[in-house]
Amino acid sequence: MSTVTFVEYDGTSHDVDLVEGESLMEIATNGAIPGIDADCGGEAACGTCHIFVDSEWISTTGRRTDEESQMLEMSSECEPNSRLACQVIAAASMDGLKVRLPEYQI
Amino acid sequence: MNTMDSALERAKTKVRNKMQTKVPVDRQVQAAHLVEKAKRFAGMSRPLVFTERPIPDAADVPLTKIDVSNPFMNRQGKWDSYFARLREEAPVHYLADSPFGPFWSITRYADIRAVDTNPEVFSAEPYIVLGPPPLEIEMFIAMDPPKHDVQRKAVQGVVAPRNLKEMESLIRERVQDVLDNLPTDRPFDWVDRVSKEITGRMLATLLDYPYEDRRKLTYWGDTISSTAEGTGGTSHQDDFYKATGELARSFMAHWYEKAARREAGEAPGFDLITLMQTSEDTKDLINKPLEFLGNLTLLIVGGNDTTRNSMSGGVLALHQNPDQFAKLKADPSLIKNMVSEIIRWQTPLAYMRRVAKQDVHFGGQFIRKGDQVVMWYASGNRDERQFENPDAFIIDRPNARNHMSFGFGAHRCMGNRLAEMQLRILWEELLVRFDNIDVVDEPEYVQSNFVQGYSKMMVKLTPKTTA
Repeated sequence: MSTVTFVEYDGTSHDVDLVEGESLMEIATNGAIPGIDADCGGEAACGTCHIFVDSEWISTTGRRTDEESQMLEMSSECEPNSRLACQVIAAASMDGLKVRLPEYQI
Repeated sequence: MNTMDSALERAKTKVRNKMQTKVPVDRQVQAAHLVEKAKRFAGMSRPLVFTERPIPDAADVPLTKIDVSNPFMNRQGKWDSYFARLREEAPVHYLADSPFGPFWSITRYADIRAVDTNPEVFSAEPYIVLGPPPLEIEMFIAMDPPKHDVQRKAVQGVVAPRNLKEMESLIRERVQDVLDNLPTDRPFDWVDRVSKEITGRMLATLLDYPYEDRRKLTYWGDTISSTAEGTGGTSHQDDFYKATGELARSFMAHWYEKAARREAGEAPGFDLITLMQTSEDTKDLINKPLEFLGNLTLLIVGGNDTTRNSMSGGVLALHQNPDQFAKLKADPSLIKNMVSEIIRWQTPLAYMRRVAKQDVHFGGQFIRKGDQVVMWYASGNRDERQFENPDAFIIDRPNARNHMSFGFGAHRCMGNRLAEMQLRILWEELLVRFDNIDVVDEPEYVQSNFVQGYSKMMVKLTPKTTA
């Protein structure tokens, strides 16, 4: 089974089964990962499923869209590798993907 | 013509900026008030007055005549049935004539979200309620990106989660103090004693405003957000100018006093004024009075009757749904989800307004450039396409968090986490003290098409019996 790893701000690590076709937000909330709020349910409209994608994975996940930037850039924690988890759709190529969570979801 | 217009616009902006820096803000408010009075005297403008009449049933009104901007809709309990009809029969609905001019009503959840997240087509400028404010104060809630983003970022830190963590224990102490002093032997007004008191204390803390004067913040916030022209409310224009002038004077003095105290060696606090004074972008904001006033007004109005009415609304919802209260007492860990459900159920601000920046086809309708478009959050939160059994209050509703009371997109409420925290603490502290909170009289509702609120709610507390 493929896995994806979510690392909380305090360093706590969670491995979750990667379900192809689901967004990382759905995978995280289904796996009850703390630190992903997902207020809008996956529409890039609230900015509360902010994640950081480790640099070696950026080419696989792709960079964020303007739509995501609109929400993410409001956060003081925004970095060049910030994404909205609801906009990253899991694929087989992402087995072993590691993402980190910010201190807060705004 | 275009060059002429833009040259004129540039010149106006230059004069305004210059004037902003030279004329103190309270004088500007006064001047605007004089102009308004002169217009009124000359018969050029007439203040709006709304008279309450019984509102017919939604089914008895022709579709084209449905006017959900009537400020008595909430008080008469009619909004739900009117919105249900619009969602079903005309989800993008045009009203050709109203006291606020013609406007489109967007009433389905998905449509509202689509408008809210599309600032390129639907502008928040120049104001976000149905009618114009008497004075053009500059608030970023009514600005589009990128200007919006710059101004918002400069102040949002004060209500950001990092700052809230610092404040949590202070908020809790203040809530405890309010609750410990409530009468348990007789009914009292929950709105005044709890909802207004806690939010007033919170605002005073956020602004480091003199604690004993906190009710002034409540009064200013209420008056400014309830003009007849803007929201169908009960403030006369003269009240608006008086409140705005007082607020401006008071906060100018507060600003300079805070600066002097810090210069004298006082440790900087985590309040908004300190934040502004110590941030490069905003340290000279006092020299841009309309912006200064705008930021303060936005925070005072935004943090005032929104959380207040959710504090009252939650009590009413639980009183009307005793099975939910029982469920809550059996499992207090439901508080967090219940807070979202309260905010969905209450929807303290019924809408935000946008203006189409271009002709656009939307939801099968043709919206023209310049048209007013009203996103009715109060309806989206009751959309059966999004929420099962939407009118029911269910504290463990699985998707309660998806409510749209905070809006979506760039303007999403920046105080959302603070609001949730205040409500969570309130209910945590209530549950350890009281077995029941009975609403003993029909609540009184605010007159407004914008604020879904309560002006009075008599309750009787039953203290917990200690075993």
